[in-house]
Amino acid sequence: MSEHERLTARDWSSHPPFVAPAYKSSVPRGPSQPLVTIPHGEGELTAPWFAVDDDSDLCRNGMANGAPLGERIVVAGRVLDECDRPLARVLVELWQANAAGRYIHGNDRHDAPIDPNFFGKGHCLTDADGRYRFLTIRPGAYPWGNSPNAWRPPHIHFSLLGPCFASRLVTQMYFPGDPLLPHDPIFTTVPEAARDRLVARLSFDVTEADWALGYQFDMVLRGAHATPTED
Amino acid sequence: MAGQTPSQTVGPFFHYGLMPEAYGKAGVTSNVLADDRVSGQPVRLEGAVYDGTGAAVPDAMIEIWQADAGGRYRAGAPANDGFTGFGRAGTEADGRFRFDTIVPGAANGEAPHVNVIVFARGLQSHAFTRIYFADLEAANRDDPVLALVPESRRPTLLARRTEAGGRIVYRFDIHLQGDRETVFFDV
Repeated sequence: MSEHERLTARDWSSHPPFVAPAYKSSVPRGPSQPLVTIPHGEGELTAPWFAVDDDSDLCRNGMANGAPLGERIVVAGRVLDECDRPLARVLVELWQANAAGRYIHGNDRHDAPIDPNFFGKGHCLTDADGRYRFLTIRPGAYPWGNSPNAWRPPHIHFSLLGPCFASRLVTQMYFPGDPLLPHDPIFTTVPEAARDRLVARLSFDVTEADWALGYQFDMVLRGAHATPTED
Repeated sequence: MAGQTPSQTVGPFFHYGLMPEAYGKAGVTSNVLADDRVSGQPVRLEGAVYDGTGAAVPDAMIEIWQADAGGRYRAGAPANDGFTGFGRAGTEADGRFRFDTIVPGAANGEAPHVNVIVFARGLQSHAFTRIYFADLEAANRDDPVLALVPESRRPTLLARRTEAGGRIVYRFDIHLQGDRETVFFDV
């Protein structure tokens, strides 16, 4: 970010509230005191530099003795700022359940099979146009203890780091037309006008014929805006 | 202007995604920021994360981003000392986390501090805070960000110095909610 640019404020009207009674875990964990607004200094406007190999093929990176089960999908998109500028070198990390709705994580005790050929994590850096692309398996829905017979819709966790510490984001991507969405409080506690930004779009440009359906999922981070003195 | 993508909780199963070492895969970072190559005062930052009922949070993740001993943020490719200034740590069953790093230098008129982000199941948006060093009283008195914090809440941002096993340790607990709630920032 140039010295004449400042980062836009976090748009709290787009984010879910800290304490949302419909999402049980948030009740004792959401901060309740007013946040203290602070100016952006060097720590806020810079970010660590990562030299990471592309680890974006989840159909290969957990393979033991064959291809993972489930529907192969491409998930691709751009990371942009609010002014539609592409953000390069953003570290994109992703994790998800397998096709049966089971995570490799040791604490997931859901009675659904582990896939020995699917680990479920990947990462890459966005290119100069802010683009990223993952090849993976469509995750399954899974039950959780938030309320009786509660089910998380199929989703993919995303973590974005860069271009500055203050624009850090962790979010979840959902699939279009999923009937579970209106029943999921992690999704529905997002203000209604912002919710559709979390839903990917089926894209025949991203799809690869005879190989994988494709979903487009762009993400928008806080942007730089020029101060009036910029020339 | 396009709208910002909403935040969602990191959930309970992030470890194999963001800190996969325990699953036999290389992570992009760790909780050890400095070894013998890095100049500065070696220090262990440790503490525990608690929720509003006082219960430990065993499934939180802490990220830190700090300047080096000279007060410089390593925003470009690392120098020969390998110091990136960035680390991640998960909390254990008792809510505890720790980092091995060096005390950052002062820069830009601010007191030495470590920038922190907290993530957890049940935390709908990540929370920003800072670790200041309680014994650096003069520097803290002049810090422009601490000055914005209500005086009664400032102690929640001060890590206490102790020594253990020949090592300097700074203790910093994070209270997500309640009477002892840590100050979180809107940055």
